Amino acid sequence: MATVELDKVEKRFGEVVALEPVDLAIRSGEFLAILGPSGCGKSTTLFLLAGIYAPSAGEIRFDGVRINEIEAKDRNVGIVFQSYALYPHMTVAQNIGFPLRLKRVPIDESKRRVEAIARLVRVEELLDRKPAQLSGGQQQRVALARALVKEPQLLLLDEPLSNLDAGLRLAMRGEIRRLQRELGVTTVLVTHDQIEAVTMADRIVCMSKGRIEQIGTADDLYARPASLFVASFLGSPPINLVEGTAEDGAVRLGERSFAANGSGPLPQRVVVGIRPEAIRLGEGPIRGRILDGEPHGREWIWLVESEVGALRVVEPGAAPRHRAGEQVVLGWSESLLFDAADERRLQMPGPVPS
Amino acid sequence: MTAATRSRLDRLVFLGPATALLMLFYVLPVIVDVAIAFTDMGRNLEVTRVTTENVARIFGGDRRLAQVLTNTLVYVVCTLTLFNVGYALLLALTTTALPDRAGAFFRSVWLLPRMSPSVVYALLWTWVVAPTEYGLLNQIVAGIGMPPLDLKSDAPMLVVVLANGFIGASFGMIIFTSAIRSIPQHLFYAARADGANGLQIVRHVTLPQIRWHLSFVTLYQALSLLVSFEYIWLITDGGPFYDTTVWALYVYQRAFTSGQYAYGAALALVLVAAGIVAALVLWRFFDMRALLQRPRIEVS
Repeated sequence: MATVELDKVEKRFGEVVALEPVDLAIRSGEFLAILGPSGCGKSTTLFLLAGIYAPSAGEIRFDGVRINEIEAKDRNVGIVFQSYALYPHMTVAQNIGFPLRLKRVPIDESKRRVEAIARLVRVEELLDRKPAQLSGGQQQRVALARALVKEPQLLLLDEPLSNLDAGLRLAMRGEIRRLQRELGVTTVLVTHDQIEAVTMADRIVCMSKGRIEQIGTADDLYARPASLFVASFLGSPPINLVEGTAEDGAVRLGERSFAANGSGPLPQRVVVGIRPEAIRLGEGPIRGRILDGEPHGREWIWLVESEVGALRVVEPGAAPRHRAGEQVVLGWSESLLFDAADERRLQMPGPVPS
Repeated sequence: MTAATRSRLDRLVFLGPATALLMLFYVLPVIVDVAIAFTDMGRNLEVTRVTTENVARIFGGDRRLAQVLTNTLVYVVCTLTLFNVGYALLLALTTTALPDRAGAFFRSVWLLPRMSPSVVYALLWTWVVAPTEYGLLNQIVAGIGMPPLDLKSDAPMLVVVLANGFIGASFGMIIFTSAIRSIPQHLFYAARADGANGLQIVRHVTLPQIRWHLSFVTLYQALSLLVSFEYIWLITDGGPFYDTTVWALYVYQRAFTSGQYAYGAALALVLVAAGIVAALVLWRFFDMRALLQRPRIEVS
């Protein structure tokens, strides 16, 4: 299993910069997720690793060896595409065995390996079918088997779950994680779905507009986001962002003023991020009024018009404890503080109502 | 109006015009042809007796027919495999691999012959292979210090196949290009990641994906070539002697140049039969029925 390094890797298509110079080191056997919205450069990064795109600048290394000039076919990389990209005219067995056939692996050995990997992804009953006769989940497993059969040094997953329905997605998440642990193959997952990234990956790379915003564990990204983008991209419902001003060591949000929690100078304009689940309704000094509520099974999401601005609040419990129009008080236990100018997080805790 | 009459009327309205045209221009001529083939009709259009002489002449009497038949086979098979399918496929594969603009340029170049009138195109070929030192080919040949060639006399079938092939390749090229374009890009990416080189991608991904288009072009062009003779007629007129006379041209010569209408009709009948047999054999061979199954739109 390989370590992978991207050293100032850049990709331009004519005038368009798809990927600004990026540095990234992936450990051997690690499961890394690249998370970001469409057009953030995550698929470009994946195609660069696969050798389908060539970098415009910088160096890609597998196990410390430069592979910029090595073609896709010689990189020993397995890919699973969002569309699965199974060959429609081949049977499942032929699809899975295709990489081995190209490597001129003897037929009996190839057959043995195809059957073994088919058992691993649980499609051994389907080997004689054509892709068109398979369900989405089955096609997905076959695509995984085809990517794994040549024992790749790097496994690349390009939005592999987004064409599946919710139940199957949950099952396949666990399945892919299990396979990755069993085989110990270095894996890069590209996704726009934070749940996939958080549940499957060891570390997450959050990208936006061709740049890496932050690299870290799910907890790092959630609790200590580097920027407003990361803070707002992770978490459901999304974090509340309240714009405010800072003067004389105090932060002013709407009609209220808060003592700043840390020492050091504050920028003039700040943004305070408050997670919806950190807010308590019914206790605290801030006054507000419930505008609306949505049931979400085990919890309710309330939209509150408060003294500091509009806030989304998550409250556990299946039964509603409030109704629209009701006057409430609220407070929160922790918040994040960002510089509104460069959108980076400030290295001090955010204001909390006392 | 009841639903039943309404439905019958619909059928008439929708199928009527096409059926009428089909009868008038395809079925009726064949019937007329069969009728004439068994008479002694000549240039004066007079029929004096009903006879099987013409058919007997085809199966034994006409010593030229063996050569004409061979010419037809050489002409159809060579033009079809080398150009209309083979070269068309090569053009489609190479021009889709090129950057878009360059690919479109080369495709337009190969499409040009289609856009020029047949007579102009044929005259150009006459000039290209002209035996004097003014012919295009001979100017090139002279440039490398070789004596002038006279292809039209020495290799007339080559000239005929080239002239038909250069114009015929564009049809397949267009069909194959659009077929290759419609293959999902991810299949090519997947094949590259699976370890396939360029040729292996063509063999294992592109060709299987455009199989139906290959079948269709082969079938359609085989039938077109079987009955086409305009460029041969314009460039060599079947000569020298009968060296490039194909069946369709021979029909034309017997019927209209020599005025043997009845014999021409009988020869044409053989062409009709050969066309039907070729169509059925190729249809079966390519399993075209599978292509036409499964309507995509439900009609109630």
